Amino acid sequence: MLDWLYAPWPWYVTGPLIGLMVPLMLWIGNRSFGISSNLRHMCAMAQPKGIGVDFFQYNWREHNWSLVFALGTVLGGLLAGVVFANPDPVDLSVAALTMFSNWNVPIAGGFLPPVLFDLTWLSVFVMFTGGVLVGFGTRYASGCTSGHAITGLSTLQRQSLLAVLGIFAGGLFSAHFITPHLFSLFW
Amino acid sequence: MRFLPYLLAGLAFGFVLVKSEAASWYRIMEMFHFQSFHMFGIMATAIATGLAGIRLLKRRDRLHTLEGEVIAIPEKPPGHLNYVLGGIIFGLGWGVIGLCPGPIFALVGMGSIGALAALAGALHGTWLYGYLKNRLPH
Repeated sequence: MLDWLYAPWPWYVTGPLIGLMVPLMLWIGNRSFGISSNLRHMCAMAQPKGIGVDFFQYNWREHNWSLVFALGTVLGGLLAGVVFANPDPVDLSVAALTMFSNWNVPIAGGFLPPVLFDLTWLSVFVMFTGGVLVGFGTRYASGCTSGHAITGLSTLQRQSLLAVLGIFAGGLFSAHFITPHLFSLFW
Repeated sequence: MRFLPYLLAGLAFGFVLVKSEAASWYRIMEMFHFQSFHMFGIMATAIATGLAGIRLLKRRDRLHTLEGEVIAIPEKPPGHLNYVLGGIIFGLGWGVIGLCPGPIFALVGMGSIGALAALAGALHGTWLYGYLKNRLPH
């Protein structure tokens, strides 16, 4: 009876649920739905008062609501990915399965290939370096997929369209020209 | 108590990110290689729902937030280059680690070492941007 809690949900259910976050956050407290600003708040928390980089000199406590939202996202991941974990690997298209097999990437359960999930120097290096690009770019562009592709596009903001085009261009490049060669480093 | 709605909204967001598999590295690679409609379906229906939701909020001009304020849609700061260049840099990272910030947080909740490394990297990247901000074109 509770099978649906363990199974993945189809895109036509999850897409609208993600889209609902935009009016929901406005209704809760006039907040713009987005998560990446928390990375800035976390830097601001870590920086001692009065010294360091200007960009992190502000009262991060005014953004407690946002940090609480991020905490909720972590707990949501725990609930959906551990408590109600889908026991099966992601149900990919045949084309994707063929591509991953060409890349020498095994399809295991979970969301990251084991070589990237495991605690090895190389996997930590790759995930950390990719993370640096994600963190740098997202702040440079004032937002990430949630703030721009979802909130920005659904409120018809030109800046967000620019950001989304940039994001997709960058992603296409690395997913086609960098990532396929990455895995040969591991074997 | 004031923060409870945000906690629940975040919880729902993290839960849906995982159940939609948008937090899956495999799904993101599949998307960038145009091998499935899945991620595009999520994006398209999310934006359509957001648009419809905003329309509804605008039409009911007497609708207020939980705290009783008039609803106003926040606007993105002005700029051109920063959006394009920042987007490209963000995308370059996304196309490798297959995680954007939302899924990074959700996967940290799943106890993923890889996501924890990505979070540490993202914090360093954010700090680096703050450090270099005045020297970058915006």
